Amino acid sequence: MSRTQTIWIGIGVVLLALSFFAQNLLPDYAVRVLTITCINALLVASMAPANGMTGVFSLGHVGFVAVGAYAAGILSLPVATKGSMLPDLPGWLAGWYLSFLPSTLVAGCVTAAVAIVVGAPLLRLSGHFVSVATLGFLVIVNEIVINADSLTRGARTFTGVPLETTLPWALGWLVVGLIALGRIASSPTGRAWRATREDVVAARAIGIETQPTRLSAFVLGAFFAGIGGALYAHYLGSFSPKSFLFAYTFTLISMLVIGGMGSLSGAVLGTVVVTALSEVLRNLERGMDFGALSIPPLYGASQIALGLLFIAIMILRPEGLLGPREIRFPNARSPKETTHDSAAP
Amino acid sequence: MSPLLYLTQQTINALAIGSLYALVSIGLSLIFGILRMANFAHGDMMMVGAFATLLLVHAGVPFGVAVVGGVLIGALAGALVERIAYRPVRGSSDVTLLLTSLAVTYILENLGILIFTSSPQNFPLPALLDDVVSMFDGQLIFTRINVLTLAATGVALLFLGWFVTRTTMGLGMRAAAEDLGAANIVGLDVNRLIIVAFVLASGFAGLAGVLWAAQSGVVEPAMGFTPLLKAFIAAIIGGFGSIPGAVLGGFLLGALETMIVAFLPSSITPYRDAIVFALLIAFLLFRPAGILRVQGEAKL
Amino acid sequence: MSAPLLDVRDLEVAYGAVTALRGVSLSIAPGEVVALLGANGAGKSTLLRAISGVVRAKRGEIVFDGAPISRLPPAQIVRTGIAHSPEGRRVFPGLTVAENLRLGAAARGAAKAEWLADRETFYDLFPVLRDRMNQTAGTLSGGEQQMLAVSRALMARPRLLLLDEPSLGVAPLIVRGLFKALASLKAKGMTMLLVEQDVRMALSLADRAYVLRTGSVVLSGTAAALRADQVGVAAAYLGTHQGTKPI
Repeated sequence: MSRTQTIWIGIGVVLLALSFFAQNLLPDYAVRVLTITCINALLVASMAPANGMTGVFSLGHVGFVAVGAYAAGILSLPVATKGSMLPDLPGWLAGWYLSFLPSTLVAGCVTAAVAIVVGAPLLRLSGHFVSVATLGFLVIVNEIVINADSLTRGARTFTGVPLETTLPWALGWLVVGLIALGRIASSPTGRAWRATREDVVAARAIGIETQPTRLSAFVLGAFFAGIGGALYAHYLGSFSPKSFLFAYTFTLISMLVIGGMGSLSGAVLGTVVVTALSEVLRNLERGMDFGALSIPPLYGASQIALGLLFIAIMILRPEGLLGPREIRFPNARSPKETTHDSAAP
Repeated sequence: MSPLLYLTQQTINALAIGSLYALVSIGLSLIFGILRMANFAHGDMMMVGAFATLLLVHAGVPFGVAVVGGVLIGALAGALVERIAYRPVRGSSDVTLLLTSLAVTYILENLGILIFTSSPQNFPLPALLDDVVSMFDGQLIFTRINVLTLAATGVALLFLGWFVTRTTMGLGMRAAAEDLGAANIVGLDVNRLIIVAFVLASGFAGLAGVLWAAQSGVVEPAMGFTPLLKAFIAAIIGGFGSIPGAVLGGFLLGALETMIVAFLPSSITPYRDAIVFALLIAFLLFRPAGILRVQGEAKL
Repeated sequence: MSAPLLDVRDLEVAYGAVTALRGVSLSIAPGEVVALLGANGAGKSTLLRAISGVVRAKRGEIVFDGAPISRLPPAQIVRTGIAHSPEGRRVFPGLTVAENLRLGAAARGAAKAEWLADRETFYDLFPVLRDRMNQTAGTLSGGEQQMLAVSRALMARPRLLLLDEPSLGVAPLIVRGLFKALASLKAKGMTMLLVEQDVRMALSLADRAYVLRTGSVVLSGTAAALRADQVGVAAAYLGTHQGTKPI
């Protein structure tokens, strides 16, 4: 394990220890923002393998988040609640329920399974087509959720999921996700991911099969998207199909892109930057009173500002703040690693 | 019910929806052809056109004039987006182009929410156009707006056909779509061609938006999202980048959706979009270059 | 010697980190046909692309008819009177022959009567184009496409024609016909800058020639002198020439 990884894990463990105190010491608002930031960071990081590293730009990631959220919700609803909330639930699902951690893990696995089925045909496409098709996947998930009334309550709000996600849980999952994704991204598998992005033909020439390579990134990302969705379900307790559509998709993508596609530290950085910005703007957007001067509420203004920032990044720094690089701590013992800077063509 | 009338009814339904898909997908294909850009903000020009028409009608402008004004404002909005957001990233990677257009969508939809709120607003369609025409004892039913949609699409397609085969600008646009570099060498003003392509594409989308709003009765900021996805399917099926392909794809998609509703059990119809998307993916796997395009560029 | 129609001074062009032209200077007098010779990658096409404004020079000056043009966009360069028949022909494959020709006249905003009349002259010059005028250009043979590319450039009514490898991928018999047509253009006073791999062909048409190697002019002289000094030309191509330039 490299020094950088060791230091990151150390930081993660320290933060995790602090979070147990933080959730009691900090105001509720701060704890809420931090918890959501952790969940979002996990979701954004889980986009990095497919979208950033293999260059298959999926717009369907939020579809996986939805699968995870609904799977966790259905699995963890107490039996009594199931009877009233989901009276038409098939028998094999109705009579039992899982607690927080198992339901989260199963949600991740279910989502990964969906990703295998969906990814196998989709990832044979390339470029724009894969983006359009994955957006189609998002729409399909939405349509199924709305129409599969007996499982999901259709378009109505799904409520009653036990509120279990605390700040330490969210941060803990983020740390676990980052360690897992980071380890794999720096392994031969991760190098194969990046090879399929840089040059498909060259990757093939050295024996890297594009499709299975990309699929592995896609499915791994989907697993953590499912975990993130489950954390969401257990954090909010209630959600509806509307929660998992284009707006959320764009928020996650902007976090990924602003931080730097293809980098896990970029994913976290982007999430923090965008969340901080949105929180500030959201407070401004409610309107203000400076004595004589009062600004009326402008709902939607914070989103517009985020969109404009995004376009500015695209024009001025299309690789995002970090590009494909990770934040590194120089290693005293081994020769300095040269960061590979893949300039835009 | 006579089978012939039933078939006619379904054909009218298919054409009414297919023509809207065609109008939107033409613009997608035109812009993809020239810039290799999947323009996700294209659907929002429907919203711009429809809202502009709505505002003009509320301001007392006669409906017909308001529609023309709305379409022109949609066209102008497209040109502005190109100039402000797309030109600076022209020639960047696929992903950069795609993301830029996603950001534009996000901005425009939230701008719509900021100005008009996110709840749907009634589209002020003159009662005359909303009339239901019933023939053969109610065996053949359509609204006047259906007829108007077909007529407007027909006129728009004829105009487009004339433009791209008879005018220098239109020929230049096709040339640019085939070989942008060669168009540049020949001395065609590529920037101007691209602006005109956006004006044309967005004007068509604006028209589709007005017709869509007229058929559904409401205008809302997110109204362009679903039609955009359908138009992507239509354009890709037809051969992304080909204008006749986009028209063909649009009408095929309209026919397909109508058939799903008409012939499949009603328990399946809510999954119409899912079926269409699944078919698209299957189609792309077997024929990635679309029906009308054989240039190998589309696949790896 | 009269004032040159085209004067390229100390031109340097780079693609990213790769320098394609390093300080090239050449001039062309009105009515002159100049050949640009050299191996693949010597920078010949780059020079033509720089003149027509498709690539930008890093350094140096391009003066056409007394006015600097190196910062003009391609469309404006075509309007000032330079047309470019590019490497690989680059006809618009989905457009008909007639439409391709019409677009050649688009940059100068020719009136309909004008481009219709001009088109007839090229149908006369290359009758096969008339036979195929309603066929899409993609269905033409290599030679026919080359005739179309040259004619499309000439539709701009240029005072200087840039020709990039007209013989590439064209059957030898057709090449001879093509060069005959170019000779008749020359006889009518057309100024041309010709990039050509077929040295004998090029020198039979040209008045003068320059040999480029790795982005620099290594040899230049009259076509007659170069025809006589085949060993010298070959050496310049291959890089064994020591640089005694009979200018």
